[in-house]
Amino acid sequence: MSLYKKTAHELQELFIKKEIKAVEVVESVYQRIKAVEPQVHSYVTLAEENAMAQAQKVDELRAQGKELPLLAGIPIAIKDNISTAGMRTTCASKILENYIPAYDAGVVEQLKAGELPIIGKTNLDEFAMGSSTENSGLFLTKNPWDVERVPGGSSGGSAAAVCAGETILALGSDTGGSIRQPAGYCGIVGLKPTYGRVSRYGLVAYASSLDQIGPLGKDVTDCALLLQLLAKYDYRDSTCVDYPVPDYYQEMKKGVKGLRLGLAKEYLAEGISEPVKQAVEAAVQVYRELGAEIVEVSLPNTKYALAAYYIIAPAEASSNLARYDGVRYGHRTAADVADSVELFMKTRQEGFGAEVKRRIMVGTYALSSGYYDAYYLKAQQVRTLIREDFKQAFKQCDVILTPTTPSVAFKIGSKTQDPLEMYLEDICTITANLAGIPGISFPGGFDQGMPIGLQLLGPAFQEELPLRAAYSFEQATAYHRQRPGL
Amino acid sequence: MSLSKAEVEHVARLARLELSETEKEEFTGQLNEILHFVEQLNQLDTKAVEPTAHAIPVANVFRQDEVKPSLDPELALTNAPDRVDNFFKVPKVLEED
Repeated sequence: MSLYKKTAHELQELFIKKEIKAVEVVESVYQRIKAVEPQVHSYVTLAEENAMAQAQKVDELRAQGKELPLLAGIPIAIKDNISTAGMRTTCASKILENYIPAYDAGVVEQLKAGELPIIGKTNLDEFAMGSSTENSGLFLTKNPWDVERVPGGSSGGSAAAVCAGETILALGSDTGGSIRQPAGYCGIVGLKPTYGRVSRYGLVAYASSLDQIGPLGKDVTDCALLLQLLAKYDYRDSTCVDYPVPDYYQEMKKGVKGLRLGLAKEYLAEGISEPVKQAVEAAVQVYRELGAEIVEVSLPNTKYALAAYYIIAPAEASSNLARYDGVRYGHRTAADVADSVELFMKTRQEGFGAEVKRRIMVGTYALSSGYYDAYYLKAQQVRTLIREDFKQAFKQCDVILTPTTPSVAFKIGSKTQDPLEMYLEDICTITANLAGIPGISFPGGFDQGMPIGLQLLGPAFQEELPLRAAYSFEQATAYHRQRPGL
Repeated sequence: MSLSKAEVEHVARLARLELSETEKEEFTGQLNEILHFVEQLNQLDTKAVEPTAHAIPVANVFRQDEVKPSLDPELALTNAPDRVDNFFKVPKVLEED
């Protein structure tokens, strides 16, 4: 039955009808992993024994007639910067290559309470710094649509695994686009929630004011169901907000008649490729036919977002990564050292990859004495302007449609010569992190056989609006049903 | 604003990174490129703008000052590169008197 090909909601129905067992789904997924991992290489760690045990438990409970959580028995993969107790969590870095957390992240506790079998931990750009997963300190993950192309980043392993059928659902994290961009490149759906919607407790911090954990799945329904499980107040993350959680599944089916769809010219400027611009135009037509009202809006400070991000994120990272000093966990240099400072310097030099070092350097400089006002403070002021842009725009529209990326997935190695060229991949996604608003990427077409991702942005704590608009588009098109030939 | 190699070495020391000579060369160039790129923010007049540290309003989260269980010492030491009893062992920090 190739159960690995199904969506979570399709599997739910089969479970309820008692046509399949959870162990069969997990088996199907691991068989698929055996078949395609050599080509895709999504996983850092696999947890077959634990996953099968969890699936068996679900089957037993169901046989006893017990009521089960909605996503019970649905296999899920977890990005390897999210803490899983007793299971290696590497952040794709040599400095944490053998680190085993003593506790579960808040979201992992939610997954376990939801009885989802955890398939394993997926590859990422080291410490979530990157847009292609090429910065992984461990190995390269390929795009299942074309193994000579990148899957995107930093949640490349999670996106590739969902895309290739190596898991049904996945968790990723998004600081500047790291869920949405790989979802776009891999032709799947990925959502970054509002900042504070989902607990960051147990997420290895990159940029604390920008990071969010979010769902990846084959379609909008799957992401809505997973978001429902993740959106739970957690007092252990003091930036988590105790705000009412709507029924996303119900809300997303409300259609788009009368919904005001915003189009911002700043997201369709030069730098966006022609095929992507055409995909946006085609989508606008679909929305018109579905009864949405198209509204032109302007977000004038968009072009400064990338610069603001590449000060704020590295600055916060330089502070967050100061803890990797070889004292309490992770790599410690084997070299002879005269004192602790030398211990830290050698340990970090040996353990961190180039991009991580680069960002720590930028961040350290931007925060250093004499430069704080010129760089970090300035960037924070620009952040206010960007937030204001969205506040104004959302007075005139309910959601904003943009491309997810300027073009489709690029060839491995084609952007690694110049860091700045790689940073430009983030221009459409970065504003949502700076403003703290939610964003979803969903399939909107193809260019030369590679998926094109479209993005919908919504107001803070109103994930149901982008979900609604994405769901309506999906139901009117068939892009989300296409899978790579792997 | 252009970074000299000496400034790069200074920042590396602040960041506790022991860069190789090749890295110092490469990073000086790349860092200057990045810093030049972000300088475009100076085009904006932000004199009257409040900085945003957090996208959503944050308030201190308090709890009662009650003793609650915390991480078991054995668990906390699971990944210790070097330990003595319940301590992480490191090279000396303080100078000899």
